[in-house]
Amino acid sequence: MSKVKIKQSILARLIPRLTSLTKKGPSGWMAILGIIILSALVIMTVIAPWIRPHDPIKTGVGPIRAPPSSQFPMGTNHLGQDMLSRILCGGSIMLQISTLSVLVCFLIGVPLGLFSSYVGGIFDRACSLVIDAIYAFPGLVIAIAIAAMLGPGVVNMALSIAVVYIPSYFRIVRSQVLSIKELTYVEAARASGAKWHTIVFRYIFPNVIPSIVVVATINFADAVLTAAGLTFIGLGVTKDVPDWGWDLTDGRALLSSGTWWVITFPGIMIILLALGFTLIEEGLSELLNPKLQR
Amino acid sequence: MPLLKIGSLTVDYRTSRGTIRAVEDVSFSLEKGETLGLVGESGSGKSTLGLSVIRLVPYPGVIVKGHVKIDGKDIVRLPEHELRFIRGRKVAYIFQDPMTSLNPIKKISAHFAELIRTHEPNVKEAKALERAKTVLKDLGIRPERINDYPHQFSGGMRQRIMIGLATALNPDLVIADEPTTALDVIVQAKILDLLESLRNAYGMALILISHDLSIILERCDRVIILYAGHMFEHASSTELHRNPRHPYTQGLLQSIPNIELADQKLAAIPGSPPNMLNLPRGCRFWPRCSYVMKICRTKEPPLIDIGHNHFVRCFKYSRGRAKS
Amino acid sequence: MGLRSYIITRILLTIPTLLLLLSMVFLVMRVLPGDPVALHFEKKATPEQMETMRRLLGLDKPLWTQYIDYLWGLVDFGYFLEHGYPNLGKSMQTYEEVGGQIFSAFPATLELAIYSMIIASVIGILLGVVSSKSYNSILDHLIRGFGTVTYAIPIFLLGMIFQLIFGVYLRWLPTGLRLNPAVDPPASITGLYTIDSLLEGNLFKFFESLKALLLPSLTLGIILSGMFIRMARTNMLETLRLDFVTAAKARGLKESTVTYGYALRNAFLPILTMMGLQFAILLGGAILTETTFSWPGLGRYIVDRINFRDYTAIQGAVVMFGLFVTLVSLVVDILYAYFDPRIRL
Repeated sequence: MSKVKIKQSILARLIPRLTSLTKKGPSGWMAILGIIILSALVIMTVIAPWIRPHDPIKTGVGPIRAPPSSQFPMGTNHLGQDMLSRILCGGSIMLQISTLSVLVCFLIGVPLGLFSSYVGGIFDRACSLVIDAIYAFPGLVIAIAIAAMLGPGVVNMALSIAVVYIPSYFRIVRSQVLSIKELTYVEAARASGAKWHTIVFRYIFPNVIPSIVVVATINFADAVLTAAGLTFIGLGVTKDVPDWGWDLTDGRALLSSGTWWVITFPGIMIILLALGFTLIEEGLSELLNPKLQR
Repeated sequence: MPLLKIGSLTVDYRTSRGTIRAVEDVSFSLEKGETLGLVGESGSGKSTLGLSVIRLVPYPGVIVKGHVKIDGKDIVRLPEHELRFIRGRKVAYIFQDPMTSLNPIKKISAHFAELIRTHEPNVKEAKALERAKTVLKDLGIRPERINDYPHQFSGGMRQRIMIGLATALNPDLVIADEPTTALDVIVQAKILDLLESLRNAYGMALILISHDLSIILERCDRVIILYAGHMFEHASSTELHRNPRHPYTQGLLQSIPNIELADQKLAAIPGSPPNMLNLPRGCRFWPRCSYVMKICRTKEPPLIDIGHNHFVRCFKYSRGRAKS
Repeated sequence: MGLRSYIITRILLTIPTLLLLLSMVFLVMRVLPGDPVALHFEKKATPEQMETMRRLLGLDKPLWTQYIDYLWGLVDFGYFLEHGYPNLGKSMQTYEEVGGQIFSAFPATLELAIYSMIIASVIGILLGVVSSKSYNSILDHLIRGFGTVTYAIPIFLLGMIFQLIFGVYLRWLPTGLRLNPAVDPPASITGLYTIDSLLEGNLFKFFESLKALLLPSLTLGIILSGMFIRMARTNMLETLRLDFVTAAKARGLKESTVTYGYALRNAFLPILTMMGLQFAILLGGAILTETTFSWPGLGRYIVDRINFRDYTAIQGAVVMFGLFVTLVSLVVDILYAYFDPRIRL
């Protein structure tokens, strides 16, 4: 019962926020468009097993490399698999990897940033040094190195992507905390003897949430693109499950024969998935940029 | 022909939350060499009014109505490239915060050279710098410091440089928008004295914008009181000081401390300026006015001429005039 | 602080960062998941074979000795003079010097990176400035849309689309390799084909190598330009509303002077810093672009080595990427100091 109640209260708080976005001009609309695209993709992936016309991993469902037709609206690939079924089902791995990696980043980056900046001193400096070194390094190279060492798997891939983005959370939380710490009302709270966890969770945490949301959305988009990239260079999860990333990778070998449909449709899906998150991020970050507010 | 003639000027800010009418139906004119003070609280539209004179109202502001004539030429309808010959040359503007008004990556010399050579393309670089050095000397800044960057000067020095840039081309009108608000109290008077002495020397007209009525009364020939985008009172400084008519002006005057009256009671005006997105019906001041009448809550008062070039926007005087 | 002492301090500060970076690479490649030799053979080798490889590659020594050897290899100047590249160990696959392989692959990546950076900066700054100047107009929305979409396109997908259109259908441009195999590469002076062919005075080779460069660098440049547009636009928007820009307009300065001399020149410093940071992303993109276009650079090298599970080679390539990024950020910081009078002082 309490679960239902929580759900209701979250919805009750979320809906007015969403509708208020429509009143904030083009940036608000961008965010809304992003939310719509993402919801559509998630719903599609969830109901795919019931609406797909064929088994997505069964080979020889149709002829090899058949162009789009009424029977196979998105054509077939070099194994004679139905592309439409593969498109409908192929989002789950990307969604799992990106969600998991964002979760890991969030659970490590945010507490570490809060703690490090609040404690300060040598611990903070050491943390910042390590984090900055990771941050400056090419993300894909780190992900490749770690993924190559850990081997395939959803969790391993999510972890190797997470390592790349933990610094973004850490840095944004740290810089926010450092500026908020100096604000008068936080100093007042400290002076009146509030405990540190009260200060962190009651005063500081709520203030860094907006920036964390922005980082998380872009992290989602990047995780999708990085996962696709890792798959493209041969570090993908498994070919036993339909995956847009693998379809795109396989399509490369078919390019010279002019087989455009094998890369086009999974390509569009990955773009839409990443675009959904980018739109939200771009909309929110302009709305939240204090330097651009009137 | 007056130097500056503004007629029923109305400026809107079209924000995403709604349209803010920052300046509404403002009209006045200014003769050569005259000094005019614009007084109002923040948000009263005084800076917007000042910037409208050179058509530089910041985005998303738009001049929706009225004219601004400089030497008879309406700059509201002028194409952008012709505006350049007015800005800086005929009308100069001094901004509130000298710390941010100079380009941080350009030397002072570059600021002057650019200004002079934009408006007088025939002047050689070296000649322009010579002139700039003379200007600096007049401002009490060592000429060799012309090769320094803005961050190497103090706030007061930077405001002197801004004044120098404003007066270097000997414009007909200088608009100074709270030129001393960001400065130390000691520097404030010096900057205002400098402005006044330059004005006397070159015979420029001056529009001084301030939230401080005492400064304006002391230094300007005429005063306009602005409130929430409306002109509330318009009179000569002596007349306004002796004979303030609008309740708001009276309130402002009562809140100025006077050294000669030892036991003077300082009165603050109750309440705060209205939300510009949600103005009260009727007179914009009535929620704070101690003379509020029934009509004030429903109708907007007109600007009433009460003689001696004294104008007031208040129903108190329309009734009085109707009786007589 | 003078510019010279700033540069010296900045270079000295690079040393601990580099040391940290190198240690992290060592940690990930040698310590974290276990034994690279076992991973390499995927359990398909006898213990004797594995022992032989460990001995030959020096992986049988204690970890800290390996760590010292690894660091020493990078600063061993005698070795560098003798071979022309640093000692990065030997490949597990071929037992060749990884340093040599990497140094011969590096110019291809450098050339791709330079041209992509030029394309991305030109598109990014130009469109960013136009967009900010026409804030909230249709043009602004279109440019923003372009930037957002390019951010969301997987880079190899754009590369494949270009290959399909310009290579397979139109047959205008080559879809892979640095140079038509029928043409001899120019004598290696800088290692950059476009420059070497010009130094040789051979215009034919110059245009051939330019043709091969066009699609890969356009792919990488366009993808990167989305981010540049956004940075340029945001920074310009913030700068355009600063007081000194309004003050410059109030002095009647020319529109172009205000936009470029005032707004862009001030927005340029933050843009430059961010471009330096984006360089890391550019190198990540280069790996995928090189794979798409069979471009024989460092990215292709690392991907090839992954397929052979050649961990020593992967480690060497990762180190090289790290050194490259560190060097670029050092240069960017020095440029920043040079352009900003407040630091130059």
